[in-house]
Amino acid sequence: MVSKKVGNQTVVFQNPPIVLSGYNVVGPKEGEGPLKGSFDKVLADTYDGEKSWEKTEAKMLETAMREVVNKANVPLVSVDYILAGDLLNQIISSSFAARQIGLPFIGLYGACSTMALSTALGAVLIDGGFASKVICSASSHHDTAERQFRLPTEQGNQRAMYAQWTVTGAGSLLLGNSGAGPKVTSATFGRVIDYGETDTNNMGAAMAPAIADTIINHFSDLNRQPDYYDLIATGDLGSIGLQLVLEILNKSGTKTGINFTDCGVMIFSPKQDTHAGGSGCGCSAVVLTGHILKKIISGELKKILLIGSGSLHSSTSSLQGESIPAIGHAVSIEA
Amino acid sequence: MKEIRELYNKRGEKMNQSNLRPPTINLTPKEYKEITQRISPKPKVLKNVIMAFLVGGLICSFGQILINFYMNYTGLSKIAAQMAGTASLILLGALLTGLGVYDKIVKIGGAGGIVPVTGFANSMVSPALEYKREGYVFGVGGKLFTVAGPILVYGIVTSIIVGISYSIINWF
Repeated sequence: MVSKKVGNQTVVFQNPPIVLSGYNVVGPKEGEGPLKGSFDKVLADTYDGEKSWEKTEAKMLETAMREVVNKANVPLVSVDYILAGDLLNQIISSSFAARQIGLPFIGLYGACSTMALSTALGAVLIDGGFASKVICSASSHHDTAERQFRLPTEQGNQRAMYAQWTVTGAGSLLLGNSGAGPKVTSATFGRVIDYGETDTNNMGAAMAPAIADTIINHFSDLNRQPDYYDLIATGDLGSIGLQLVLEILNKSGTKTGINFTDCGVMIFSPKQDTHAGGSGCGCSAVVLTGHILKKIISGELKKILLIGSGSLHSSTSSLQGESIPAIGHAVSIEA
Repeated sequence: MKEIRELYNKRGEKMNQSNLRPPTINLTPKEYKEITQRISPKPKVLKNVIMAFLVGGLICSFGQILINFYMNYTGLSKIAAQMAGTASLILLGALLTGLGVYDKIVKIGGAGGIVPVTGFANSMVSPALEYKREGYVFGVGGKLFTVAGPILVYGIVTSIIVGISYSIINWF
């Protein structure tokens, strides 16, 4: 049997799984941002008729899971697994959404790297012959994340200039082993890297080394150069993290160009006063399933690399003074 | 393994179990920290100080107007009028928190919005609103002091220490 693993950390799919469809739901603030035209559904307010933001997040994720299957025009029962994750304790949004759908569910926690992680694992299941169709999802909600990781939402405080704004959004991809569409061609699973950042407001700085590590490994495993891709998008490093990752890559001998960007930088405009940009699982999920996927389908982009970036701390670990470990998972999608 | 260990030693880093391979990143954590500090934007101190002065000053001036009003128009004594003025500011802070305005005032005013008693009201009402869904006992009751708790604990402890020191000094 031929090994699909290449180099240290990368898998190359022999029968690349096909992206049958993508669907996303975002909150009102995201719906006013520069990518507003690429979203399938924009909520009018952050509650969307629910009694709590936690319920809203689970509902958004459920919608994204159901609609991605509807959009591909296949029956829900033909899907083998749901792979999903979110930021809340015990990944309740994903489990509660999967409860409503009734398909076998594989819950994931990769913090904000979850969209890349679920896509990579979904592709592994399909190429391995363990599934014919899988839903890959991730979600986050600004207010549920604020409540869990920071302060009550109405508590007055001044956010640091390098802080990021958690995206309210849920995104899903439907991967299949046959059909037409862009293909998931390879995936690089990241290592947990910790360069000692302890400031939980400076997530970009905490995550940049892990992302750089995954990018360097991806290119050395596949013997590629960054100019192989039309777009290399990191998940939610924000403007500070993106600058840092470029600086690390340049110092480590990887040439960077204008094809490098970040989903957190793309999703909000500087006028929206989010400081360093967007973050959260939903950030890369809605940018991948919206803006990026639409550009691949329209032919504007041919080869893209998404590196989901996750910081793996908890509110307890950071209060206890632990530094923030981080991870980056990369998936390449080619038309 | 030995060669990899030497590579890490050269960088002044300890090789731990996770570093099975030579480092990919050509920066040590120390160098990285310096770059992070250079790139991360600093708070605009002068602007923040001026805004805190203006917003805090406005809130306190408004409090003084209230006190004068209670003294001159309702016939309260000075001490009672001060109490009534404080209570009115707390009511106002709580109301503006409920309306979702107070966090915007603090965003502009910083400490100028946090330090006056309206900021204290904000720190009590915002957890109450936030945790109401978790019930009145464990939600509102249990988490009401999540923000104000430390202020109360250290405020009371400090006042006890000051009080005891004051009475000891008075002995001599």
